Amino acid sequence: MEDNVNEFNKNQKELIHILHKIQIQFGYIPAQTIAQISRQLKVSESEIFGVLTFYKAFTLKPRGEHLITICMGTACHVRGAPVILDEFRRKLGIESGETTADNLFTLETVNCVGACALGPIVIADGEYHGQMKTRGVSGVIDNLKQRKGTAQKNG
Amino acid sequence: MGEFNSSQLDRLKEEILGSREDQKTCITICGGTGCHAYGCLKVAQGFKEEIRRQKLLDKVDVRTTGCHGFCERGPIVVIQPEGIFYQRIKLEDIQEVISETIEKKKIINRLLYVDPRTGRRIVCEKDVPFYKMQKRIIFGNNGLIDPSDIQDYIAVDGYKALSRILFDMTAEEVIAEIKDSGLRGRGGAGFPTGEKWEICRAAKGDVKYVICNADEGDPGAYMDRSLLEGNPHSVIEGMIIGAYAIGASEGFIYVRLEYPLAVKNVTIAIEQARKLGLLGKSILGSEFGFDIHIFRGAGAFVSGEETSLMASIEGRRAFPRQRPPFPAQEGLWGKPTNINNVETWANVPLIINRGADWYSQIGTRGSKGTKIFSLVGKINNTGLVEVPMGMTLREIIYGIGGGVKDNKKFKAVQTGGPSGGCIPADKLDLPIDFETLIQAGSMMGSGGMIVMDEETCMVDVARYFLNFTQEESCGKCVPCRIGTRQLVEILTRITEGNGEEDDIAKLEALARTVKSGSLCGLGQTAPNPVLTTIRYFHDEYEAHIKKKSCPALSCKDLIVYYIEPKKCVGCLLCLKNCPVGAISGERKKVHVIDQDLCIKCGACLDVCPPKVMAVSKYTGKKKEQIIKQSVKRARR
Repeated sequence: MEDNVNEFNKNQKELIHILHKIQIQFGYIPAQTIAQISRQLKVSESEIFGVLTFYKAFTLKPRGEHLITICMGTACHVRGAPVILDEFRRKLGIESGETTADNLFTLETVNCVGACALGPIVIADGEYHGQMKTRGVSGVIDNLKQRKGTAQKNG
Repeated sequence: MGEFNSSQLDRLKEEILGSREDQKTCITICGGTGCHAYGCLKVAQGFKEEIRRQKLLDKVDVRTTGCHGFCERGPIVVIQPEGIFYQRIKLEDIQEVISETIEKKKIINRLLYVDPRTGRRIVCEKDVPFYKMQKRIIFGNNGLIDPSDIQDYIAVDGYKALSRILFDMTAEEVIAEIKDSGLRGRGGAGFPTGEKWEICRAAKGDVKYVICNADEGDPGAYMDRSLLEGNPHSVIEGMIIGAYAIGASEGFIYVRLEYPLAVKNVTIAIEQARKLGLLGKSILGSEFGFDIHIFRGAGAFVSGEETSLMASIEGRRAFPRQRPPFPAQEGLWGKPTNINNVETWANVPLIINRGADWYSQIGTRGSKGTKIFSLVGKINNTGLVEVPMGMTLREIIYGIGGGVKDNKKFKAVQTGGPSGGCIPADKLDLPIDFETLIQAGSMMGSGGMIVMDEETCMVDVARYFLNFTQEESCGKCVPCRIGTRQLVEILTRITEGNGEEDDIAKLEALARTVKSGSLCGLGQTAPNPVLTTIRYFHDEYEAHIKKKSCPALSCKDLIVYYIEPKKCVGCLLCLKNCPVGAISGERKKVHVIDQDLCIKCGACLDVCPPKVMAVSKYTGKKKEQIIKQSVKRARR
């Protein structure tokens, strides 16, 4: 009996690795993959759903073509990150965590990227923009519009 | 390479050193996160290409190293062996550096760091005040080695401690040495490391695990990231030594999702260590075997708590659980497990190499060794600083950090992340160690040190942290899940000018409930930012609640932006930059902000030329007057 339980536990240990892989490959966790993982690992679908919604790395919805991440770490906060976030929300017309209707932009926040010297920081498709000012916001957006999306790679 | 043994390690080191000319010029480029963001990779590439082009390959080495710590001045380039320190290097500077400094040994003045206090240019890295006052025993090698090359680590005595303990020390002796050193956990709580190991060693069971907690979640703290990125082998060596002392055969490094470069460098380091037989079966020919796996976190702050972290490795939601049983007794998959933080592990080889006596002379009575802090926020010299325990806040902030940015007035320093608190100016002479910080109502945490000036609103800071913990609360304990939410709601209404008379008392009562009714460190410490700001900045709370004013001029709902008619020169700059068209005016005529339209983004203040400085912020009564004026004007 104990062996079985151990075997079961050992199976579940692969769950987060697998979710990472799917998230990177598709840019989100497609619903149909949950049943597949469940059969493979012998872990219930509800448990998988519980795990994937617990962690911020996993999303059930696809992201837009471009990903804009605003660092909301303490150092960025005291240097005005909330104002920068407001400006992106206003310019894109979406809240943090949402994607624009044309599927071009996803806006997200992160708790700290550890590049505090450059605060406030915005990461646009993996590229760091330090010491952001409100008037620099439209430049970042326009810049992204001009190139092909690489947002999925950041997953 | 299974036959690689300890004498071969010595020989390899000799070989490495022999193949390297002592006096050969080496251009080291900081490859830390900050410098990365400034584009150091392009600079490194540029140097390599230029060296090749000028056929200097046999005379000059180029090396991308770990983080040097002085992020404010990135990209940083240090030329060895002289230690010439060039800062804010751009692609355009490369040619000149090579033709002048490398070939003609001439210093380029404009690339040197200027001490803002004396105005003097400083040539060598070690003489820069930022570094001079530090004691970089853990962090010092970062700037010398290429983290992706194990040979660099071996060249600076890497894995010597491991070789020593495997053949000359029993597990008990290793534990005794760590206990004697006085090393305490660097993750925040400060539990004595040797004692922790001893408990885990004594625990019953054949299978034991060691874990490196690299889920550095405190916003504003990034020393663990820099260590893992810059000197991953020091952490790995520490873990192998710990595993030997405890009797563990498997280890995990749990790395935060947001740190891809750390994952990459640690992966490379583990592979190289395996190849040399420093990980795997019979390490260095001994009977001891141990291996390490990397586990990528998935973005949950609570996974930094040890029982949550283990749940996460097991593939479950990162819920903390009741202790006891402690992980040392029942940890990962129910087996005895020892968890230490990145910086703690990195201390271990050093203690073995230089001895507990040497180590325990550094620091204070209860807190030994050094601590790495990330000095960030409104400070001139942002970066990572390593100082002996017991240094005062003033020495760190003014001595190393060069004081508050833009000559503003210092208000507080926040330590300990969301679990810590804000320490006011009258406590600047506090010598920092585990105990003194707790007495001040804060804590060491993982070492974040966020400097705040007169423009930082302390109520808003409390709201910021509570908003953070509220979002990150896993939801298991009701007082934490609902209590933090209530705290945020009260704090938010205070910052919006809707604070009520008894709100401070409500906050305090609620804070006590959350503290006492939560299972893990997240909930138990979440109210600290509220409690310390109430304790030290009571008047700011009062001003928000009673006068509906924000003395720091920071809370959006309590301030207005106003163009001083006497100062405005009518240059149209603010008018053009206002994102909502709230400013009206003509060239050479005074501009006016329509307070109804203004979204308080501060763009007008940013762009108003320093000579003019016509845009001011007001709060309280004056704010009301300005709004009334604006309404009147709109009616006209």
